[in-house]
Amino acid sequence: MTDMALETQIATRHDLLKSKSLKRFRTGDTIFRNLTRGAAVLVLVLLGGVIVSLIHGSLPAFHAFGFSFLTTQSWNPVTEVFGAAAPIYGTLVTSLIALLIAVPVGIGIAIFLTELCPMALRRPIGVAIELLAGIPSIIYGIWGLFVFAPFMQEYIQPALIGSLGAIPGIGTLFAGPPYGIGTLTAGLILAIMVLPFVTAISRDVFETVPAVLKESAYGLGCTTWEVVRNIVIPYTRVGVIGGVMLGLGRALGETMAVTFVIGNAHRISGSILAPGTTISATIANEFTEAVGDIYTSSLIALGLILFVITFIVLAAARLMLMRLDAKAGR
Amino acid sequence: MIPKDPMIPEIPMTMESPMTMPATPDAALREKITIRDLKFYYGTSLALKGISLPLYDRKVTAFIGPSGCGKSTLLRVLNRMYDLYPGQHAEGEVLFDGANVLAPDQDRNLLRSRIGMVFQKPTPFPMSIYDNIAFGIRLYEHLPKAEMDGRVETALRRAAIWNEVKDKLGSSGLGLSGGQQQRLCIARTVAIKPEVILFDEPCSALDPISTAKIEELIDELSSDYTIAIVTHNMQQAARVSSQTAFMYLGELVEFGVTSQMFTAPSDKRTQDYITGRFG
Repeated sequence: MTDMALETQIATRHDLLKSKSLKRFRTGDTIFRNLTRGAAVLVLVLLGGVIVSLIHGSLPAFHAFGFSFLTTQSWNPVTEVFGAAAPIYGTLVTSLIALLIAVPVGIGIAIFLTELCPMALRRPIGVAIELLAGIPSIIYGIWGLFVFAPFMQEYIQPALIGSLGAIPGIGTLFAGPPYGIGTLTAGLILAIMVLPFVTAISRDVFETVPAVLKESAYGLGCTTWEVVRNIVIPYTRVGVIGGVMLGLGRALGETMAVTFVIGNAHRISGSILAPGTTISATIANEFTEAVGDIYTSSLIALGLILFVITFIVLAAARLMLMRLDAKAGR
Repeated sequence: MIPKDPMIPEIPMTMESPMTMPATPDAALREKITIRDLKFYYGTSLALKGISLPLYDRKVTAFIGPSGCGKSTLLRVLNRMYDLYPGQHAEGEVLFDGANVLAPDQDRNLLRSRIGMVFQKPTPFPMSIYDNIAFGIRLYEHLPKAEMDGRVETALRRAAIWNEVKDKLGSSGLGLSGGQQQRLCIARTVAIKPEVILFDEPCSALDPISTAKIEELIDELSSDYTIAIVTHNMQQAARVSSQTAFMYLGELVEFGVTSQMFTAPSDKRTQDYITGRFG
């Protein structure tokens, strides 16, 4: 009986000591947890702040023009009538051109690097692609304006006008004089800028294909093309699409290089050789000269639209990449 | 459903096991593949140091030996899988029905359609069960739908998996169990009608029941195909093979009739290995 009581007493003392030191730990733990949580919340607050201020800033424009802001082509600071149709159109078209070129080329490079390239060449090409991704966009801009646009004007665009421009139907896409700068030039510059993203991500996901899976296809007598077409691409499809989406995200938001070469004309033209504008190019060009609430607000509204488009694209990309990870984890 | 006895009428069987057969006169054996003084290099390191041995037509030859002895390497030479990787090369001769497969002008895709391979891990392709089989066939033949269905069914039956998958041919091959996937891979290999099948530790990722099924299958396939199997499992080698090759450090230590090899090995190293003293 007494023994039991004594034991209980000792045990209680032990527990007391333990709980004391535990409490000390717990205080430290709590501080640590709150600090890290605070850091994480900060990101959300910032993101929320950006969204709120974008919406708040764009309210006057949406009040003044309503839904027609999205469909109006006119952008007239003098009469203060603004519409986002031309920049939205330009953004989408330049990005589309960029993807049409960068995706096949990028995937081609990735296939070459993972399946066919001699070991000695693999690193140099890989590094070159990473460097391409690291070039600041302003450099693409000046190169585009001073080197690429004149080249386009002199050789490519006349050739396009002469050949494709004569075909009824798609001919309208290549109509008009060769300005050098314009939607097509901007799209091509964007393609060069997006290319490293598509290539790097495609290469990474192609490398996730188990060697033994490829070997078993080769073991059936497949050629490299058949292995890539039937095994590698289906296996990595989701990841490649994710990479393309990330590239698209960059193309949509790219400002400096596009501003240099697109011509900055607020109109929707049937020809991709004609000058146009994009959302980011418009904002970059006009923010300093925007006087009056409606003008400023319209530019902010453009920013909001770009934010929404990019958000949708990136969310879709994330979703697809997450699905790939889930698949690889199985 | 599956006949238990291997259909090799001309060779008398012992009572205990159908596969460990007594030494047969060499006249009954035809050399399907003849390997002569084969050397293999990973870059500059020599992985096979002059191997010479035959693979007999419609017999199972087992390759045993400790890890890194070159068994899998040897297998990968036979269908020139090593060609996929730069820096690896082979010297010597591998005669397949008399023609050297190591010749530079050898059509590798054709070679691999004649020498199929089953890997250590099941590798179903990311497509449906049906397409896993039809994929290989489509590489070589354009068949009408009905005929293709027949070929797929035959292949799946041959690999003893038809009854398990016949109601879900359209679902993904990745959804099958490990053992089923491995049999699917065997069906895929069989479907393109190879003459030789190489098994690279086909059971090392499988449970005992699946292993037994695969062994039974190999036993049965040996009536139609020349089979080479790499295994770490000595009992498996004893059960499924008629010839056994023991390799050690890139050399062929001993090659002979399986029953003899496991009862009276002539080399000390073979004896040490099969009795588990090293490896």
